[in-house]
Amino acid sequence: MIAAFDEMKEQNGSVRPAYGELTRWLDEMPPDVLDYRRREAELIFRRIGITFAVYGEGEAQERLIPFDVIPRIMSGTEWRLLEKGLTQRVNALNAFIKDIYGAREVLRAGIVPDDLVFGNPAFRPEISGQDVPHDIYVHVAGIDIVRVDAETFYVLEDNARTPSGVSYMLENREIMMRLFPELFSRHRIAPVENYPDELLATLKSVAPSSASRDPNVVLLTPGVFNSAYYEHSFLADKLGVELVEGRDLFVKDEIVYMRTTQGPRRVDVVYRRIDDDFLDPLTFRPDSVLGVPGIMSAYVAGNVTLANAVGTGIADDKAVYSFMPAIVKFYLGEEPLLKTVPTWRCREEEHLAFVLDHLHELVVKEVHGSGGYGMLIGPATSKVGIEQFRAKLKTSPKNFIAQPTLALSTCPTCVEQGVAPRHVDLRPFVLTGRDRVRIVPGGLTRVALKEGSLVVNSSQGGGTKDTWVLDG
Amino acid sequence: MLSRTADNLYWLSRYVERAEYLARILDATQRLSALPLAYVGTSNEWESAVATAGCATAFFKLYDEANETNVTDFLAFSTANSSSIRSCFEVARGNARAERTALTVEMWDAINGTWLELKRYGNGPTSREEFSRFLRWVQESSLRFDGSAYRTMLRNDAYWFSRLGVYIERADNTARILDVKYHLLLPKNERVGGALDYFQWAAILRSVSALTAYHWVYRESLQPWLVADLLILRDEMPRSLASCYEAIVRNLDSIAGAYGRQGPAQRQARGIRTRLQNIRMDGIFQRGLHEFIGEFIVENNRLGALITEQFLT
Repeated sequence: MIAAFDEMKEQNGSVRPAYGELTRWLDEMPPDVLDYRRREAELIFRRIGITFAVYGEGEAQERLIPFDVIPRIMSGTEWRLLEKGLTQRVNALNAFIKDIYGAREVLRAGIVPDDLVFGNPAFRPEISGQDVPHDIYVHVAGIDIVRVDAETFYVLEDNARTPSGVSYMLENREIMMRLFPELFSRHRIAPVENYPDELLATLKSVAPSSASRDPNVVLLTPGVFNSAYYEHSFLADKLGVELVEGRDLFVKDEIVYMRTTQGPRRVDVVYRRIDDDFLDPLTFRPDSVLGVPGIMSAYVAGNVTLANAVGTGIADDKAVYSFMPAIVKFYLGEEPLLKTVPTWRCREEEHLAFVLDHLHELVVKEVHGSGGYGMLIGPATSKVGIEQFRAKLKTSPKNFIAQPTLALSTCPTCVEQGVAPRHVDLRPFVLTGRDRVRIVPGGLTRVALKEGSLVVNSSQGGGTKDTWVLDG
Repeated sequence: MLSRTADNLYWLSRYVERAEYLARILDATQRLSALPLAYVGTSNEWESAVATAGCATAFFKLYDEANETNVTDFLAFSTANSSSIRSCFEVARGNARAERTALTVEMWDAINGTWLELKRYGNGPTSREEFSRFLRWVQESSLRFDGSAYRTMLRNDAYWFSRLGVYIERADNTARILDVKYHLLLPKNERVGGALDYFQWAAILRSVSALTAYHWVYRESLQPWLVADLLILRDEMPRSLASCYEAIVRNLDSIAGAYGRQGPAQRQARGIRTRLQNIRMDGIFQRGLHEFIGEFIVENNRLGALITEQFLT
């Protein structure tokens, strides 16, 4: 097992200050009470119906994400460090995407190779040279963060398309407050419940200039069969905006309308939770029945804001990710505050050779992969597994990158044997509006429940925790 | 509100109402079929039940004979019948799931609970007792849903559209019973039926839960023309055509008030309501009860189409 940084305990066994009160509370708590509350939490989740669908197991199945009742705690100081880094990161991502679809200075300066952009399936030539309202592309970003020591945070992935999970951040807090009121009375914890308000303010701030003073915002979902449908309806409800499907919208004279009982009503901002590919059958996949025919014409004409913008998926690419330190410096002239994991791009011959020689110690991921599907964790994989992966890698090296296996930090977690450290990551949600960047303190902590496991994805048996940012 | 949301709420209510109506028909038919032939004549009650449910054509595509087993299966449990009780609850629950945020928690619990419970009944009951319990459960589920809507929804367009669904469906159901059984309800000198129709009249009233109401309103034994009067013109009878149209006009007026505009649906509803207010039973019998009911069904359907056109698409 890799020696990892434990967020609760120092190496000498003493408890870090942020966890002091929690440790005392855990010590006072009879173990069966904790277990009882854990089961209670599960019941509540099931009743509310917070489920997600797991793909690739025959029929998609409704499942609960396991919830761990022990919170993950960060001090205010730690959070402020992270907050600055996230703001910087997202500003750089926005500048990069604007540049890619505009002047392309980053390519001319040789910072990022041309073919990585133009040969990328997430690149959308359709919007090249088009302005988007207020020059903002990534309105909602989910930046996956892992921690390796007291001051070092790595970005593991940028999610600039349609990051999900924020409903868990909100529901986890609600449930914790219901189950452990006495624990909350012993701490001062930054609230997260204002996230929907911040999101709505962000979305309204980026309405096209032709919109009315109170712009009409809608949330576009692929529908009830989507794995994140619960989150879509949850958010629409909290935002107080209509939850629309493609068939509820239509485009006339390059303006988007929704069909209401009082006739057509103009739509100014679409918070869309549907991928580029399915957005507009006239522009992208013609077989898409989920999208809105003609919405791209309204978008290009500047009559509607899509959040996030079209074509942001280029930033999710893991090969593009490897250039982020240079991208941050290029646009902002600053040193990156968050680290980027050293990355070997298998598309490059020398990198590939190194990776093939070191498969047993590396993590290899697909450049467009997500959800923890199709990745190799060298140290945790059998010889046979590694050889199988080697063959796959050799057939299409362009599709892969490799990184050293990081020792993700650990947090105390409820497991069968009691409380034990488990590896965690963090997905904070970064909102970018016309006026400013907004980040609700904390985010979604995901935890690998299996001992020693480094994969936190819910599709691979990961769970979630409430994330606390304390005063001071 | 979104047209799709209004459409889902409207049909959600219609399907729950329809499920209850089917349960009542089945209950009344079961009673009739338990009587000695001498009391009810040789007419096939099960065939009549299928006709009253308005799905005779679909039924005879699947079955040769209308008997208890076939009709019960078709009207209550069949997945091949898009208007069986099971299908009604399944569609209703699907609509509810798509509009969870437009429903109150109580409404969601009611319809979701019904849907979960439905699974317990599987492909049909094993005994008559169980089937009776099933029918009672269907009626209770509908009452519970209707009651939660009535008691917990905000009085805004979402509520009015959901009520419209209830009343349009209810008017259609009452009219269908009358359409199938009209020959039993004619005044004495025009009777087409046999002499022993008393139990048929009672069964009609039972199908619309009006047997007790009849006695309170008329304070005499069952007279066929009074049964017709009760189901068509009586404002105080909640399933009469007149009462349904009082409610339809009221809800459409609320929508028009909130939206600041009248439309074809409001005009059509008021037209039907006025006709029901200005006609008396002897007038209806003179014109022909069957013709009157036939026209009503067409006009009621037309209102449904106008509502869809004006608001739901």
